[in-house]
This record gives sequence, structure tokens and C-alpha cells, in this order.
Amino acid sequence: MSVIVFAENWDGKFKKSTFEAVSYANEIAKQLSTSTTALVIGNVSEEDMKSLGKYGAGKVLNVKNDRLNTLAAQAYGNIVAEAAQKEVATVIVISNTYTGKNIAGRIAARLKAGLVAGATALPSATAPFTVRKKCFSGKGLTDVVITSDQKVLALTPNAFRVISGEGTASLEAFVPALKDSDLKTSVKEVKKTSGKIALTEAELVVSAGRGLKGPENWGMIEELANLLGAATACSKPVADIGWRPHHEHVGQTGITIGPNLYIAIGISGAIQHLAGVSSSKVIVVINSDPEAPFFKAADYGVVGDAFEVVPRLIEAVKTFKTSHH
Amino acid sequence: MKFLVCISQVPDTTTKITFIEGKALNAAGVQFIINPYDEIALTRALELKEALGGTVTVIHVGTVGTEPTIRKALAIGADEAIRINAEPEDAFFVASQIAEVVKKNPFDVILTGRESIDYNSGQVAGMLAEMLDLPSVCVVTKIDISGTEVTLEREIDGGKEVVSCSLPFVASAQKGLSEPRIPNMRGIMSARTKPLQITEPSSGTKLTASVSYAMPPAKQACKMVAADKMNELVELLHQEAKVI
Ligand SMILES: Cc1cc2nc3c(=O)[nH]c(=O)nc-3n(C[C@H](O)[C@H](O)[C@H](O)COP(=O)(O)OP(=O)(O)OC[C@H]3O[C@@H](n4cnc5c(N)ncnc54)[C@H](O)[C@@H]3O)c2cc1C
Ligand SMILES: Nc1ncnc2c1ncn2[C@@H]1O[C@H](COP(=O)(O)O)[C@@H](O)[C@H]1O
Repeated sequence: MSVIVFAENWDGKFKKSTFEAVSYANEIAKQLSTSTTALVIGNVSEEDMKSLGKYGAGKVLNVKNDRLNTLAAQAYGNIVAEAAQKEVATVIVISNTYTGKNIAGRIAARLKAGLVAGATALPSATAPFTVRKKCFSGKGLTDVVITSDQKVLALTPNAFRVISGEGTASLEAFVPALKDSDLKTSVKEVKKTSGKIALTEAELVVSAGRGLKGPENWGMIEELANLLGAATACSKPVADIGWRPHHEHVGQTGITIGPNLYIAIGISGAIQHLAGVSSSKVIVVINSDPEAPFFKAADYGVVGDAFEVVPRLIEAVKTFKTSHH
Repeated sequence: MKFLVCISQVPDTTTKITFIEGKALNAAGVQFIINPYDEIALTRALELKEALGGTVTVIHVGTVGTEPTIRKALAIGADEAIRINAEPEDAFFVASQIAEVVKKNPFDVILTGRESIDYNSGQVAGMLAEMLDLPSVCVVTKIDISGTEVTLEREIDGGKEVVSCSLPFVASAQKGLSEPRIPNMRGIMSARTKPLQITEPSSGTKLTASVSYAMPPAKQACKMVAADKMNELVELLHQEAKVI
């Protein structure tokens, strides 16, 4: 028995969501009194793979194959399933990232294992195996029982903290059975939206809406974001009228995010907007209208004109940064 | 070319969600709609059919009460519909049912939504592809077909990835793939007479069950900070919220 975790990498580097998944897998392994094995597909340095031991992986299985440096869902799914069988894993953990979403269903169907996609917490019980996730786009929570022997859990990024300690993982090469027919998809090109921080994985987000009056006023939003190391986002109408690019639009019809901090400036807080940001840990709302609905969903509120408040906030962040370094 | 679009039925996006004693969704007064991502998939299938020829079939696992939703898909433009007469309680069960139909009656292009907005799982596309031994690409914003070459764009963190694949394939739709169409009068009229085939489920296993529901924890009251006290806000974010 063991817990296996697919340790996703991007261009050979692990991301925070991978450390979260390994930490999560290891906490489950503790619940089940067993050990954690991580599976790495692709070219990651030995040092980085060994460092997964810090988050609880005792062993790392590494699949190196130049055809697998980019996602091939069918091949990846098969490999994770094969590794799970080899390790006699009862629980298979992956991150519910875009890569995870491409392989979760495949792994589950291959193993005939029940899947909870978007788990947000450790299992509340292991018999019956019960895991909580969000439902109705964050308007509810549900406890899902998995009845199969093997279980697949896709962990929501940013929902579980990284737990790090001491330790190095041992490395083991893993050569899976791979058929040409598993590689029916191939990646032709990667288009980066920008060199900046990707919205979906940003820990801090500064977002603005129609209250900003025009695209020429986004300078202060970008300045604040840069100072904080935050990504920028916007409301739907702002993207629709072309003030901001569409990939910044968050909400029901846009991207769903759950950063540690979401600062909403000049956004009314319509239910469709909230649908995309309500899982943010802390929400700050800056709005000139004290009745703006967003204040009901906020942790901290500032009633005031963005054109006065944001420059002051920028100064305050600058002062804070100099006094804390 | 034969297109299959999997549709699920979900509460309208503006529904206020409540549960009956934490055991089931309180469906009283809830209006049900086609899952928005499935509508996006359906519209792209219609566009591709218009360009390349063929038929668009929608398939739904659900009981008789869902037929108005299926008729809506026909009104938007699907040519025919299949309803598998069973409660869609678990994604593995739903995917198995659809896979059985496709094994007997193959399709070139099988589309789903990226996730249903009720359980937000996004499991069916991958499961279906695995059961049918087909390639799959999930969360796509573009599907172009030229001859037997398929080019898709899938969302990744901070960008897009261009993926090529061959027919047949499974893909799940993300917003941006198409602009959903509003059914016109002619569509609504013709939907009444389009074929809707009802199939009994094949025996299928369920691997998961939602056993209880809860509301998300209530927010603490919003703490107001004066507009000229931004240093105070920064301190609160640092000391109290510990986010900067
Ligand atoms: C089916 C559907 C899906 C939708 N999906 C989305 C979605 O995904 N994302 C989304 O964002 N919206 C979505 N919407 C639109 C949504 O309903 C709102 O219309 C939208 O979020 C409003 O954007 P806003 O807050 O930027 O603009 P407004 O509603 O115009 O609000 C502007 C706010 O700025 C404030 N303000 C004005 N001047 C200042 C100032 N000087 N300083 C500070 N504050 C100021 C105002 O008080 C106001 O609260 C959707 C709507 C529908 C019907
Ligand atoms: N009952 C159903 N009948 C047909 N297709 C479904 C059903 N449930 C889900 N799907 C399809 O699978 C997609 C993902 O659903 P889910 O895995 O439930 O999030 C949906 O967008 C639909 O395309």
C-alpha cells in the first residue's frame, strides 16, 4: 500500500501547486500509515527531484523520454495508472491544474477508481473515504464518498498549504510501457500571454473595473501590482470594451481564481463577478459607493475615489517595503 | 462528419443555492438550463458542421424531466438527440453510459463542456476518451479541422498551447471556443419534431456519491478602513491577514 502523487513540472521546474500536492499526499499517507511516492515525467534536475523529500516523498519515480516533455494526456494518464499499480497505491493525488484536468478522468477510468476533482481538504474520514470539494461554482460544499478500492484526488491549487521539513527522496528510473498510439496528440507551439505572473497561479491579484473610467488609467493599477508582485485582472465589461485583454477577465464567464489576496478597485461586485473570485482568501474592496454589493463579500473595505485611494495605497506599500527590508 | 455533444443540465447561473437538511439540493423554484460550457461546445460543433457537412447529435444522461433542456439544444440547432434514461449520479457512470452508445455508433468528434457548473468536476471528457481509447484535449478555446488534421488550442497557466491531433477525438470546451447562439423561432418550432431517441442504461457502476452538502463558511463582517489611512490597510494586510 502507498500513496502516489503526480509531481507536475513545467519546462523542467516544479511549481508551488506541486509542493502542495506532495504535502497533501503525504498527510494522507500518514492517515493511512503508509509512505508517499512521487512520479515525475520529464526532465527535472536530480537535485529538484530529491528535494521533494522535504514535502514528504520518500521515493521519486522518474520517467525520462523526450517525447514526454510536453503533455500527451493519454500517455501521461497511462503512466500514472501504471505507476500506481506498480506501487500498489490506494490513493493517487494530482494537482487540479490545466494539466491535471487533462489526465484526471483518464487515470480514474483506466483504474476504475472514483475521482474527486477539485478536492479542497484532507479526507475527513478514510472509511468510508470522504473528501470535501466545492460545488455549484463555490456556492456550496459537498462531501464525496469514494467507494472503489483505489481513489484519485485532484487537489485544487492554493487550497492546501505547503508543509516542508527535512528529507531527501531516493530516485528511481521508471520505464513505462509506452505505445505510439498513446501519443496521438502533439504540442505544436506554446503561446505565452505575457512575461508577467500568470493569473491562475498568482498569490496576489490587483483587479479593476469600470470605475476606472478608461484604459489610460490602468497605470496606477499596474504600478500597485508590480510593487506587490501581483497579477492584474479585470471585470468583464472592461475586457468587452477592450480596455484590458480578455485573458484578464475573471468571473463566471472568465477565469476562476483563488489567490491569497484579491484587491478589487472600482468593481461593483455583481454575482457573476464574485463567482470567479469568491474563493480568494482575503478580499479588499475599494469603491466610491458605500452601497456597492462587493463590500458584502469583502474582508477589508475602503470607501473612496480610486483616483485618490490607489496612489495613497501605492505610497503606503512603498513605505511598508522600505521599513521591512 | 459526425459530431456528438454531451450535455448536462444544471441550475441557472443566478440561482441562490440552498440544501435540504444538508442532504440534497433544494430544487424548489430552481430553473434548469443547459450547462453553459456545453452550449459553447454545441455551438462550435454547429459551426464546424456548417463548414464541413455532417450531423450534430446531442446526448444526455438524465430522467424524463430533463427533456425541455434537450429540446433547447435541438432548438439551438442540433439535428437529433439521445437521452439515456438514468439519474446522472456519478461521472464514471455517465461516461460509461455514453461510451456504450458511441461503441455501437461511432462519432468523429466528441465534445463536452470543460466542467458542469453544478459539481465543477470536468471528469467526463477524460473518462470517455479513456473508455473509447481516443485522444483527448481538455479546456480548449479553439478547434479547427482541415481534412483529417485537427488543431486545438488549450488553456495553460499564463497562455495557450497549440495541439494537433487526428480524428476521432474528444475535447472539452472552455469559454472563448464559440459565442453561444440564441435559438430563433424557426429553431424552436423545428425542435419539436426533431428525433429524440430514448435509450435504457446499460448496467453501470458508480464509484462516488455526494453524501452531504454545506454552505461555505459565512464571511466575517467587512472591516472598513478610512480612505486616508492606507498605511493602516497595509498594516492590517501584513499583521492580521498575513497576506503581504
Ligand atoms: C451571463 C452573465 C455573465 C457574466 N459574467 C461576468 C464575469 O465573468 N465577470 C464579470 O466581471 N462580470 C460578468 N458579468 C457582468 C456583471 O453582471 C457586471 O455587469 C460586471 O461585473 C460589472 O463590472 P464592473 O463592476 O466593472 O462595472 P460597474 O457595475 O459599472 O461597476 C463599477 C463600479 O465602480 C465604482 N466606481 C465608479 N467610479 C469610481 C471611482 N472613481 N472610484 C472607485 N470606484 C468607482 C462604482 O461605484 C461601481 O460599483 C456577467 C453578466 C451576465 C449577464
Ligand atoms: N448527465 C450528463 N449527460 C451527458 N453529458 C454530461 C452529463 N454530465 C456531464 N456531462 C458532460 O461532461 C462535462 C463535464 O461534466 P462534469 O464531469 O460533471 O463536470 C459536461 O460539460 C458535459 O458535457
